[in-house]
Amino acid sequence: MNNKKKRNIICTAVLAVIVLILINFANDNLDAYIVRILNLCAIYTIIGLSMNLINGFTGLFSLGQAGFMAIGAYSVAVFNLPLDMRSSVFYMVPMNPIIANIHLDFVPALLLGGVLAGLAAFLIGAPVLRLRGDYLAIATLGFSEIIRILLTNWQSVTNGALGINKIPDNANNMWWSFGVAIIVIILIALLIKSSYGRAFKAIREDDIAAEAMGINLFKHKVMSFVIGGFFAGIGGGLYASLLGTVDPKQFYFTLTYNFLLIIVLGGMGSISGTIIASFIVTGGLELLRYFDEPLTVAGYELTMFRAGFSMVIYSVLLMVIVLFFRNGIMGRTELSWDRFFNFFAKIKTRFSPKAAKEDGTK
Amino acid sequence: MSIKDPAIDKVIDKNVVLRTENMTMQFGGVVAVDNLHLTIREHQIVALIGPNGAGKTTAFNMITGVYTPSSGKIFLRGEDITGMSPDKITRKGCARTFQNIRLFKDLTVFENIIIAKHFSMKSNVFSATLRLPSAIREEKRMREESEQLLERMGLADAKNDIASSLPYGKQRHLEIARALATNPSLLLLDEPAAGMNPQETEDLTASIMQIRKDFDLTVFLIEHHMDLVMEISDRIYVLDFGQTIGKGSPDEIQNNQRVVEAYLGVDDDAEN
Repeated sequence: MNNKKKRNIICTAVLAVIVLILINFANDNLDAYIVRILNLCAIYTIIGLSMNLINGFTGLFSLGQAGFMAIGAYSVAVFNLPLDMRSSVFYMVPMNPIIANIHLDFVPALLLGGVLAGLAAFLIGAPVLRLRGDYLAIATLGFSEIIRILLTNWQSVTNGALGINKIPDNANNMWWSFGVAIIVIILIALLIKSSYGRAFKAIREDDIAAEAMGINLFKHKVMSFVIGGFFAGIGGGLYASLLGTVDPKQFYFTLTYNFLLIIVLGGMGSISGTIIASFIVTGGLELLRYFDEPLTVAGYELTMFRAGFSMVIYSVLLMVIVLFFRNGIMGRTELSWDRFFNFFAKIKTRFSPKAAKEDGTK
Repeated sequence: MSIKDPAIDKVIDKNVVLRTENMTMQFGGVVAVDNLHLTIREHQIVALIGPNGAGKTTAFNMITGVYTPSSGKIFLRGEDITGMSPDKITRKGCARTFQNIRLFKDLTVFENIIIAKHFSMKSNVFSATLRLPSAIREEKRMREESEQLLERMGLADAKNDIASSLPYGKQRHLEIARALATNPSLLLLDEPAAGMNPQETEDLTASIMQIRKDFDLTVFLIEHHMDLVMEISDRIYVLDFGQTIGKGSPDEIQNNQRVVEAYLGVDDDAEN
């Protein structure tokens, strides 16, 4: 028992060092395009986790992630934008004088984005979380659209449909995106393993029983929703910084479906599943781009291959997962060292001659 | 003895754990429970019986806050709890089980128990997540209490099993254990022996008596197994179509003409 614990701690430490070395190596040596995709993977991990906290662990069917992301993205865009560039970005309608001279460094702007997104989550959650199931999904979807329309029309703050560019690209450095992602993973894992995390799971399993066990449903649902909104806001802020530009069209509610795919593929209620799926989905979406370009096979142009075809494949994949792999990669379980070593122990016994003999005699 | 009257009143009041006054529940035109008066005293085992559809579970749901009574009042140790939310009522010391078992199916036996201790946690979500010393202390206390309870309820071996993988009888047992984990003074059991064979029912009877003694409880239960009801109840209430058609000791109920009619007088019921 104690030995196993020691082994797990050593393995975790070794893995942490390997990850850090890999990040360091990738940051300096890999092609800028690859680094950008890896950063996007890390950012999608953050937002996927925030959505899994709400949908997978607490069992609330919410589709508001794009809205929370947008709030985080715009607070980084507005407040982290260097003062001397503001007049050139806001060339149609000048920036609102109240905020025109407020500049925040990246970290405060990022945190502000998280807090504002959390606040929005509270304001939308307080009335809506009394609803159950589908109603919540519809209401959060509506919320996400309201945010987008607000961003389009509040020109003196958001620069409207023109969007904001020239955002300092901090998140292009892997230490930022992966650093924040690692912190978020640790915080959410600690939260889930705490008494509050267990209460969230109880609500997911059976809200009537949870309430009968003294758990205040409304308070805990709002709590999960606000924490999820906060981390989605942080993820959105990194997203804005990575792209260097934001505009309202990026935050269509269809963006939320990327994260829905991530949590369904990874497993609703699995942190490690979400991490794995974030990399698969983000990488996969990049690969799918090839289907949007014309393809000529043996002098014959395939008519299927045109803009939009990747989304057809994407939708089919989503349906296949929902139909055949409903539990996703990890289900509700987590990767752990115990599982890892047990897996190898099993393989070992299967292939060792002694075990094979025993099987044969049975 | 001039102080006699108020003093005795107080003693009686303190003795009464649960009291309902004119508790009524109407669903549209249907009166599911009509003017139910209950008085349950400290350390009693009280049973609520009646044919199917008599309104027993509805009465339970009103007491535990799932439904708000259409009219009437409910008092828990003298405090008006009418219309309070279920979680608040549980925190006031009234825990329940469900007719169709409602465990947290995909969680372990241990998690099922410790979740019922969550409301006793004073640390907020930040100190719990960041594992501040106060939260660690509370977590440790909750773990120890849960382990003890599992030990006491004979579920320690199944600690890490998934709740839904337990055999049926054990699931019922776990649900009672989970209710006990909230440290109640009044325990409401909704058909605890449903689906159990005679042997299991007998074990359950013994176990309810034992629990009452060990945890110093008052028990209010709905049950169809008459052997169990007659054996352990101090007092019985009989409902039929929402009406209270009898109340009293097991002997009185067995000799109550209206009760006998409700149970035996109709052919359909005799077959059941």
